[in-house]
Amino acid sequence: MNNLQSLSYYYPELLLTVVILAVIIYDLFLKSKDSGKVGWLLVFGLVAVSIAIYVQDDGITTTLFTDAIVLDPFSSFFKMVIVLATILVSIFSLYNDELNDYRKGEYFTLLGIVTFGLFLMVSSIDLVMVYLSIEIVSIMSFVLAGYLKQSTRSNEAALKYVVYGAFSSGIMLFGLSYVYGLTGSTNFFQIQQALSSSDQGASTAIIISVIMILAGFGYKVSAVPFHFWTPDVYEGSPTSITAYLSVAPKAGALAMMIRFFNQVLADGGAMAGLGGVSTTDLPWANIISLIALVTMTVGNVVAIQQDNVKRMLAYSSIAHAGYMLLAMPVMSGDGIYAIMLYVFMYLFMNLGAFFVVITIKNKTQGESFDDYKGLGWEMPLVGGVMTLFMVSLTGLPPTAGFIGKFYIFASLINGGESFYWLVVAGGLNSVISLYYYLRVVKVMYFEGERKETILFPSRVITGMLVFTAIPTLILGIYWVPVADWIENSLVFFIQTI
Amino acid sequence: MDQLNNYLFIAAALFSIGLFGVMTRRNGIAVLMGVELILNAANINFVAFSHFGGMNLDGHIFALIVIVLAAAEAAVALAIVINIYNNLNTINVDEASRMKE
Repeated sequence: MNNLQSLSYYYPELLLTVVILAVIIYDLFLKSKDSGKVGWLLVFGLVAVSIAIYVQDDGITTTLFTDAIVLDPFSSFFKMVIVLATILVSIFSLYNDELNDYRKGEYFTLLGIVTFGLFLMVSSIDLVMVYLSIEIVSIMSFVLAGYLKQSTRSNEAALKYVVYGAFSSGIMLFGLSYVYGLTGSTNFFQIQQALSSSDQGASTAIIISVIMILAGFGYKVSAVPFHFWTPDVYEGSPTSITAYLSVAPKAGALAMMIRFFNQVLADGGAMAGLGGVSTTDLPWANIISLIALVTMTVGNVVAIQQDNVKRMLAYSSIAHAGYMLLAMPVMSGDGIYAIMLYVFMYLFMNLGAFFVVITIKNKTQGESFDDYKGLGWEMPLVGGVMTLFMVSLTGLPPTAGFIGKFYIFASLINGGESFYWLVVAGGLNSVISLYYYLRVVKVMYFEGERKETILFPSRVITGMLVFTAIPTLILGIYWVPVADWIENSLVFFIQTI
Repeated sequence: MDQLNNYLFIAAALFSIGLFGVMTRRNGIAVLMGVELILNAANINFVAFSHFGGMNLDGHIFALIVIVLAAAEAAVALAIVINIYNNLNTINVDEASRMKE
């Protein structure tokens, strides 16, 4: 579809652009201490964007802007997840005391632009768009990670993020240049066609370039061995940004990986609900199985040793990236379905856990385990929802985390005997994670002095905590609406060769 | 075809130098210079493939987009390094690293 026709299918993104511009302009009229008001403008704008996505999502599958991006229910699903995460994080940012000394206009503008970049990320089918969207998201995230200009921890986070981010996207770009040279195109479908008809001579070159490309994807989902930035960046950034980075860019990168691996390195059968077959001799499915296994093991084992709750959650988010990647090599519709369900469940439980960290930091000014002592009795609501999030992150019933993990393991078992060992490894990892998640609960309820006073957070914070806690609980018991929604979203734009 | 190989050798050499620079340098600015080398190595690849491989213009367009993004990234990265210098009086990546491993 040409550029002019495409615009009529592009209204959610156009609306988002208008919202971003409105945020910038509105900020000009505000005094520094009132600048939080732009956050509400962004929130209302994003609600409008989500309505636009909902209206648009009626099963259209087409390419836009002369085959640069696609519009299909799969991308609409991820756009919804991303917008929801941005709305929740924006509201909570307004109540994050770390940001009080700073002007918030740029913060919300950048958050809007990251959302726009993620929209491109979930719908790109061209190597140029893949690189461009990763860079849009990365560059804005560098600034957001270092937003607390006076805090040396935040400075350090930004420096590490920028060095690792630029480095891994550079390596990815070099890999992309070889893919372009080998296949003569930047379009996913044409690359797939060229790969499946090429002789085996190009195989080594393809393996090298795919490993280089994995560096870029691995960095975005923070998979081992590209995870070194994660703990430091997550610990140093403003906690609201940590929450955002642990959910939205991960969802975007997973969507991009699903498209890339199933559409370029496999015949796309998984996207049509059939079993996929790899187009090259490249053992990429085994490589990803191995990465997923190492990622969840490293994340869980290192998380045990942490004394800082925020850092512990950073390692836990590495482990969860591993669980999500588990279903990638199955190359079936089931696997993609399981990843989408997991992302949706993970959104609520992980954001909720970080929101609790913010609430407690506002009160105690600290985020180590010592600062959590006895808080379960002093702040009953916060203690209760934190216990729920920790149980859900472990993957115990009756919570959303259990359903997410159940579908991941089910897709592996349906995938055949060669995946059984991954199920065993995933199960063992869940047991390890039980130790450090429940340590938070133990510290909150069984350590420190029990105080007589009972504190409740402010009304909006309470509302937000309950809003993330309810889906975490309800979706563990009744997840049919979400399952139906994902079932309907499992429609891709596929070009027949 | 021989000409294409020459360009690919130059790009691979530039990539290796950049990789070496990022991994061994401890000065924040020098690390960023290494990253720039990696990006430009990829640019040479794109343009060389596009010109000598008898392919479409996608490679040229890709290279132009990379140049723009590299400039944006360098601007943000340098701003972050300046901010680090203001707070810590150093741009050494190791000295700026204070969170525990």
